[in-house]
This record gives sequence, structure tokens and C-alpha cells, in this order.
Amino acid sequence: MIKNHVATQADTIADLIVIGAGPAGLAAALSAKEAGCEDVIVLERDNYPGGILQQCIHNGFGLHYFHEELTGPEYAARFVKKAESSNLDIRCTTMVIDLSVDEDGKHLITTVSPDHGLIIFKASAVILAMGCRERPRGALGIPGSRCAGIMTTGTAQRLVNREGLVPGHRIVILGSGDIGLIMARRLTYEGAKVIACVEIMPYSSGLTRNVVQCLQDYDIPLMLNHTVVDIEGRERVTAVIVAAVDPKTKKPISGTEQKIDCDTLLLSVGLIPENELSRQAGVVIDNATQGPEVDQNMSTSIPGIFACGNVLHVHDLVDYVTIESEAAGQAAAEYIRRCFRKQTEETEAAVQPLQEGAGSILFRAGSGVRGLVPQYLQRNCSDKYVMIYFRPDKIYRQAHVKVLLEEKVIIDQKKKIMTPGEMVTVRLPIESVHKQIDKLEAIKIFIEEE
Amino acid sequence: MKNTYDVCVIGAGIIGAAVARELSRFNLKTVVVEKQSDVSEGTSKANSAIVHSGYDAEPGSAKAKYNVAGSRVFEDWCRELTVPYRRNGSLVLAFSEDGLPELEKLIERGRANGVEGLSILNQSDLRAREPRVGTDAVYALLAETGAICSPYDLTIRLIEHAIVNGVELKLNFEVNSISKTDDRFLVSSAQEVIECRVVINAAGVYADRINDMISQDHFCITPRRGEYWMIDKALSPVFNSTVFQLPTAMGKGVLVTPTVENTIIIGPTAEDIDDKEDVRTTAAKLEQILEIASRSWPDIPRNRFITAFAGLRAHCDRGDFIIGKSSDVSGYYLAAGIESPGLTAAPAIATEITCQVVEELGVSVTDSFLPPPPAIESFRESGNQRRRELIAADPAYGRIICRCEQVSEAEIRQAINRPNGAKTVDAIKRRTRAGMGRCQSGFCLPLVLKILAEELRIDPADITKAGEGSEIISGHLGGDYHD
Repeated sequence: MIKNHVATQADTIADLIVIGAGPAGLAAALSAKEAGCEDVIVLERDNYPGGILQQCIHNGFGLHYFHEELTGPEYAARFVKKAESSNLDIRCTTMVIDLSVDEDGKHLITTVSPDHGLIIFKASAVILAMGCRERPRGALGIPGSRCAGIMTTGTAQRLVNREGLVPGHRIVILGSGDIGLIMARRLTYEGAKVIACVEIMPYSSGLTRNVVQCLQDYDIPLMLNHTVVDIEGRERVTAVIVAAVDPKTKKPISGTEQKIDCDTLLLSVGLIPENELSRQAGVVIDNATQGPEVDQNMSTSIPGIFACGNVLHVHDLVDYVTIESEAAGQAAAEYIRRCFRKQTEETEAAVQPLQEGAGSILFRAGSGVRGLVPQYLQRNCSDKYVMIYFRPDKIYRQAHVKVLLEEKVIIDQKKKIMTPGEMVTVRLPIESVHKQIDKLEAIKIFIEEE
Repeated sequence: MKNTYDVCVIGAGIIGAAVARELSRFNLKTVVVEKQSDVSEGTSKANSAIVHSGYDAEPGSAKAKYNVAGSRVFEDWCRELTVPYRRNGSLVLAFSEDGLPELEKLIERGRANGVEGLSILNQSDLRAREPRVGTDAVYALLAETGAICSPYDLTIRLIEHAIVNGVELKLNFEVNSISKTDDRFLVSSAQEVIECRVVINAAGVYADRINDMISQDHFCITPRRGEYWMIDKALSPVFNSTVFQLPTAMGKGVLVTPTVENTIIIGPTAEDIDDKEDVRTTAAKLEQILEIASRSWPDIPRNRFITAFAGLRAHCDRGDFIIGKSSDVSGYYLAAGIESPGLTAAPAIATEITCQVVEELGVSVTDSFLPPPPAIESFRESGNQRRRELIAADPAYGRIICRCEQVSEAEIRQAINRPNGAKTVDAIKRRTRAGMGRCQSGFCLPLVLKILAEELRIDPADITKAGEGSEIISGHLGGDYHD
């Protein structure tokens, strides 16, 4: 799957390049360092490390990982501090503009920065940790005026929390993703009137705790099964037209239109892993997650390229990003170690790249399971267990998450409630598949209702 | 206050800008007045961006004459102004055997208009040229001289070139009356009066209203709205050519075309409306586009749209362009009813009007005509060696502001500090592409706001999307809201 053979002269050589110094990149780089990889460089396009956490000034971070409640900047600061004390090389205001693979399987990372100009790095391994972006209005074709006063909630969050600027007075939020919910509360604090949060699905796509703490506590109506069908205003938004949708077809129901006077429409209509660089390099992307296909080591289809965090799949909690990224960092360090051993001892023990068929077992998403990660399990996996992440396709109550090995259910977890807004994790002990590991082709994960 | 000029051009779309640039070759004092906050804010910014070869227009019409003449010089104009242009060829698809005579009729018409490079492709030649085209397309007309360009870029560059050669541009100048005494016109906005010897009406969808202020020879311009989808450039190249359809019972058909920036546009619809400002998109029309276009391109990827937009064509009830001297008022010239192929025709229209004006006023060619100011050098389009040089000369070239389109801070600052420099977020977008990519300004908007506020020395709360009333934000945290 190596598409991009290029003969480019590198300016700098490193063992490991981590693209992005958000929570994923920092955790991955630190854990690679701890695992013995000394020569790590983290590249960050922003002026500061921390990624999107810098603008997430609300609390609720760290409950799983640190067992205490932190704000986003506090959570990031723990890793930034650790990076400082371990002399991690983080290069800010540095944008990666190209990623490719050269003839000898090394990776070329082209970067630009105002201070150092254009630098091409050559690295044995790369960890992709670029995060995600918000789906814009045009991706959904929301009709109406294209005037001022329409932006994504993440943009609004940055304006408010990092620039000290307020987007509007009377606000309608379309979509009930977590950032939308958080911003409903945030803008209310700043004196704006959040008139409604409009959601096309019959449930919120955010965390339940955010629906309670950000909407219900402030009497902001959540209009389920509704969407925006028109936007009015010539220079700036003056109103949006909201209509009920048929829950099955998602088409607006004629006659249910209502006009809501407002000056701002914020969109919280989905996040897309930002994989343009991954695609450039030829990494295979999963249609369901829109992130790279990976094995249990977060290793992508290209040897030496790993992925973690929101570039891999959109997470609901940063704690899981950290855990997943630490695994990626360790695996990258191990990969580099084997590369060197291979060079020096001429052994063939390099880490297996992700491959279908002989080397790996497919994790197959069965009924109710969306966005399953990882997609593959290496047969030579030496870990004790594998964490499997997915999102249910709708709300389930009193349902079972089952893991099927050939004809045999090896895991059966009963869940009181599962919602698409919250990632489900399954811990699969490797010893449970050990006997069949050589001949097994797929492990199926599915949801069964009672 | 009264300012005196030789010529006043009303409207700074592609036609007004082209006329102004051509006039600037002569010893004339010219002013361009535009009611919007920037040039190219009307039809010129939202159209199919096609340089038509000229097989479509009725032989003998003004549309046919100026289309073919414009198409011949278009590439030279773009090259001189460093505006992207690609001669990618146009196809007209026929979906049944019955379509073949229709295609042949187009060829005949094209030849009558003097168009070269027209031929019929059979299905296998068509598929060899465009493998992604729908399998029920059985024949196609190939117009080799069909091309694509960037209409707003061309308009911006023409105005810049006109300005360095002495033309004045007055933005936010909405003409509300025109009077004539002896051989002088008075063109007034709410704030200002301009005195001039010649008025050129290049007012797009408003050309009829401007005309009514001066002339008794009335016509009517109906805004004909066209909606479009745009697809992320990551998907290109899907088609090399611009793919039209033969008109069918279902309607005029829509086109699928790559743009010079490698996005793909699909559209337009054609809907006559009353409101000359209504560029809303509608759910019904956006769906209709996909239904019709799926014949040309069966596997349109619906998860790859980055935006939808609409523009207005200035459809004239006379069915043709109205070009040149007015029939009843001396010193008054028209470029009205400029719908398709108006973009293609713009160079030829501008040359014709300029000839007529120069002849009437009896003025000479200037001996100090300057070349266009250098275009903003694009980081995205530069090679790595050139990028190193650019950053060495100006480190701001190494700070990427728009990540989707790889636009650097240096380009944004240059866009502000140049003739007719950008003052709004949309003006930045059209000059640099910042905000035009797949995230549609989600990441760069706060940064662009900051740079604009800094360069223009104004409060970020006063920065607009496209002129007064379109402020991006409402105020400062903890501070007073301002309306």
C-alpha cells in the first residue's frame, strides 16, 4: 500500500515524529520516550501545545485517567509539564504540509514554520495525532442565506475562550454534539440567550451528563427530531426556520415549520477525523470511522505509521485518547527498536504491519456496532488484552454486548443503557482467543437486545 | 462635495472591471462605483466559471459575437494578470440516439459563429476521455476551446490593474439617481455626487434600474437564480472536461466541472425570482441538481460536499446582451443583460465599449501605461525550493493560517495591503482562498479576524463578512455588546 515513493533530501533525521501536540500526540510521544525511544520530535501547528483542550475551559476531564476532575487546559498542562521535565522536543507553529514514504521505508515529513522555514524530516516511525475538524454547513447542504452569523460551535468556542470574543446575542444551535452542548452553557454564562438546541436524531449525540448540565440546568430546550430548513437574513442571520422531521426518513415534515428569531446559528453537526496527510501518504482509511484502519498496536496499513486520538476515531472522553495514544507510543518505540535490531543483526523480526489475511484477524462489526476500532488483531500479539472501542447505532436499554469467536460467545456484557453519544469499550483478554489464534479469521462484536 | 471625471463606470463586476482596465490605457479620468464592499460581489463571484467556446449562442446575436471574440483572448488576459485558466475542453452529453442530431445542430451553430475545434465523440471515445461519465451517455459534442477560469480572481486583478493606471474605485457607493445637463451627468449616492461626461452601465442585475434613471429606452432584467454544490478537491480529478447535458424534457440540464482550484462544482438550476439580492439556496433545488447531474456522474459522493451556493444571472427580456451606445442618450453606454456567456464575453465587450467611448471623447493612448501589480504569490502553488525562498524573505510565509488551502499569513497581509486591498473576511477569501477549503473557515476564521483587525487598526467586532451589517461577531467578553 505504499503509494508515494519520492527521492527527496531530508534536512533532519529523527527516530519518531509525532504530528500534533494535542492530548493524543503528547501522550504518544511521552510513552514512546518512556519505552526507550529517545529521539522523538513533536510537530504542532498551533503556537502552543495542548491542542483543542486549550479552548475546552470547562471541567469534566480526567475522571478516568487521573481520577480527579480537571478542566481541559489543566488536563493538557499535566502532559505539557511532563514533556518539559522529560525534555520532549516540541516544535510549535510548525505545520506539516506533506507526508510520504521513501524507498527504504522511511517516512518523509515536510514542515514549514516562520522561524525555521521549510524543513524535511526523515523518521523511522510516525504517529498521526492531528485530531479532527468540524463538519461545516455546506457538507449538510443546510439551505438558506449564506450571511454572517453562521459558524461551527468549535469556532465559537475558540472565539469565546481564547480570543475573548462573543459570536452573538440570540443563538440557535443545530446539532447536539458535546461541543454544542458545552457552548450552550458557555454562551448563556456570557449573557447570550440560547433559544434552542435543535437535533435531527431522536436522541442527543452528546454525553448524557452534558445534556443535563448544559441544557436542562439552564432550561434550554432540546428539540429532538427537528432540523433547520432555512436561514433568513441578508447581511447577518435574522431568523432560522426549524421543522420537525420524520424519524425514519429524516425529511422535514411540511406544515411543522416554525420561525425562531435569532442572530446566530451555531453548528454542532459532527466531527471528521483530519486525515488529509494520512491519505497523502497512502494510509488505508476506514469508511465507518473516517480514520486509518489499525491493529491493536494502532499501527496503520503502512509499516511505521501509527495513529491515535481523534484522527483515528472521534472520542467522547479525552481519557480514552490518552490511554489509546500511550499504546500507540509504546508500539512505535517497539517498532523502532526492531528496525534497529534488523539493521544491526539482519534478523527479520520487524513489527508486522497491518495486513489482511495471514498476519491478522479482522474485528467485524455486527448488528448495532458502528465505528469499531481497532479493525485488526495481529496473530503475534503479545499483549494480555486488547481494548475494543465502538459506538452503538442507536439508544439501547438492557442490551448485551457480545463477542463471538467462530460459533462461540466469549464475552457477554449486559449494559443498562448505551447511546451513540458515548463510546462503548470492551476489554478482550488475548488468552480467550489464544487457542484459535492461528486459524481464526474474524472476531465479531455485536449488540443483542433482550 | 462633487468630484469630476471623464467616465463613470457603474458596477465592479467582471464587465465593469474589464471596461475600467481597458479605459485606463487612455488619457481619461475614470471612476468605478460599486454598491458592495468589494468588487466581484454579485454575479461575478457565483457562476459556473466557464469560458464558453461559443456553440450555444444564436448566430448573429451579440452573445455569439462577443462570446467567440472573448474566448479567443481570454487566455492572454488571464496570463497577463496571473489568473488561473485551464483549457480543459467542454462536452455536451446526449443520452439517446435522438440526441445525435441535436449535437450536430450545435456543431452547425458553432461553426456559423466561427468556433473551431468542435467534433462528435462516440461512446467509446467519450469513455476514453472521461471514464467516470454516466454509462447511458451515448454521444458527446466536444468543444476543444472550452475552458475554466477564476472569475472573481480575474475581476479583482483587472481592478488592481486599472487602479495602478489611475482609475478610482468607490466602494459602498450605491447610485440612487443620475441626471444630465448639457453634456454632463451627475451620478449620486446618498453621500456623494460624481460629475462625468460618460456613464457606463455595467450594473448586472440592477442594469435595468440604472437604465431607468437615464434612458427612456426601457428593458427589464430578471434575476435568474442558479444554485450549485461544491465538492472537496481531495476527490479530484474525477472529470477533466466540463460536462454539460443536452437540454431534455426534464429541463436545461446541469453541468459538472472541475474548477481551476480542483474542486468540483455541480449546477446550476435556473429559477426566475423577483428579489435582486436573494442568493439563498433551497433544499428542493439542491436535491434537483443531484438528481439531474447523476446522469452525467452516477456516483456523486454526497459525503464530500463542502458548500452549496447560489448566484443570480442578469436575464434581459430582450434575450440578448445590450452593448454599447444608448439609443437615446448621448454619452451613455450599456453592458446590460450580461448572463451566460457574459464572463467569456467580458474582454470583447470591454474592448468594444472602450473603442466607442474613446472615439466619442477623442482621447489618446496614455504613454505611461503600467503592467499589472504583482499577484500575491501563493504558498500552496509554490515548489519547496520557492517556499524556502519565500519564508527566508518573509517569515510570515511559514505561518499557515488556513490549513485546508495552505494559505500563509504573508498572503493574507498582502491581500489587505495592495490596490483595493481586502477589508472583509470574504474579500480575504477571494484573494487568498483562506476559508474556501473543506473546513469552510472553521479553523482560520478567528485568525483571519485578528490579522484584519490588526492591519486595518479596527476592533475585531467591526470586521464584517461582506460589508456593513454583516459583522462576524457581536462583541467582547465581559464588555458591552454592540449592535
